[in-house]
Amino acid sequence: MSKFKKKKEGGLPPISTASLPDIVFMLLFFFMVATVIKEDNLKIENSLPSADQIEKLDKKQPISYIYAGKPSERYRSTMGSESRLQLNDKFASPDQIKAFVAAERAALREDQKPKLIMALKVDKEANMGLIMDVKNELRKENALKINYTTKKGEATSNAGR
Amino acid sequence: MAKRSAPEVNAGSMADIAFLLLIFFLVTTDIATDSGLNRKLPPWEPPTEEPVVIKQKNIFQITVNKHDQLQIKTRGDDRVVKLSELRAEVVRFLDNGGGQGEDACKYCKGDKHPESSDNFDKAVVSLGNDRLTKYKTYISVQNEVIAAYNELRNREFLRAYPKLGMNFVQANNMYQDPQTDSEEKEKLKEKLQTIKDLIPQIFSEAETKKS
Repeated sequence: MSKFKKKKEGGLPPISTASLPDIVFMLLFFFMVATVIKEDNLKIENSLPSADQIEKLDKKQPISYIYAGKPSERYRSTMGSESRLQLNDKFASPDQIKAFVAAERAALREDQKPKLIMALKVDKEANMGLIMDVKNELRKENALKINYTTKKGEATSNAGR
Repeated sequence: MAKRSAPEVNAGSMADIAFLLLIFFLVTTDIATDSGLNRKLPPWEPPTEEPVVIKQKNIFQITVNKHDQLQIKTRGDDRVVKLSELRAEVVRFLDNGGGQGEDACKYCKGDKHPESSDNFDKAVVSLGNDRLTKYKTYISVQNEVIAAYNELRNREFLRAYPKLGMNFVQANNMYQDPQTDSEEKEKLKEKLQTIKDLIPQIFSEAETKKS
């Protein structure tokens, strides 16, 4: 018999973590496949209103996003608290939409150009005045297909104030 | 001495690396959840054109003020309504079918009030906003108007194509589903267009009032 004590027999064997990387990789691949990279960094508050008569936006169609809403907390001191537009990564004014639509169209193939949809992602607290200006600019640019992006939900739940 | 075997690489930190990647992707990506109300804007026209004259009885005027209150003008009188009542009012207006002679509405089931719309083609829903109206109210109103049209289109779709066993909205979703095969799509497209022609969405947005 040896001098040293034998290891206790009763203890649980350690759980093998060798397959942990496999599990995590599986999760990783799932997220890589199921998601898309965010188009824009939002500098505004953007909680969408809800509606129930919605149609899905086909990602295969060309879509351009126009955001609007109050500047978020960190931009409030410089941009004020009135609703603002955001095009790409920058704050914008409605008269910049003309250049934005032209740039978005230029990036598309010829046959895709008339199919361009402008998706308006507007904060539910924004004022209609800004949206009317945007819509008039879009009409002038002949970008007539628009989509008011919303969440799915009861429309009447918006009205609570 | 025997040839030394290559030491085994420690794979313990593999999980950490994978977690790092996973977290990176979680943060920079977005699960696609885009859906919303599709609308078509009217083309821009110079304001010099002569206004089109529409009979007063064929216009359903919705006005939203800066306190997000709704007023409707139909059947010759103005009324303040709640959002929850709007859908039924729009349906009642569209479905009225008060037309006589060649304006008569074949499929309308309304009460044929002489001060309300003639038929589906003639009925115009007009929406006016204040510049200070909240966007959420605007979307709710849009949603209710679309819901009213969908309600009637569903009814007419079921009447016209009872064998399909689905309504207009379901057929439209099927048409837009990329998994539906093209032959099926062609058939659906024709039927959807027939109903859209029967009940066109004529929606006018007046210029916003100055507050």
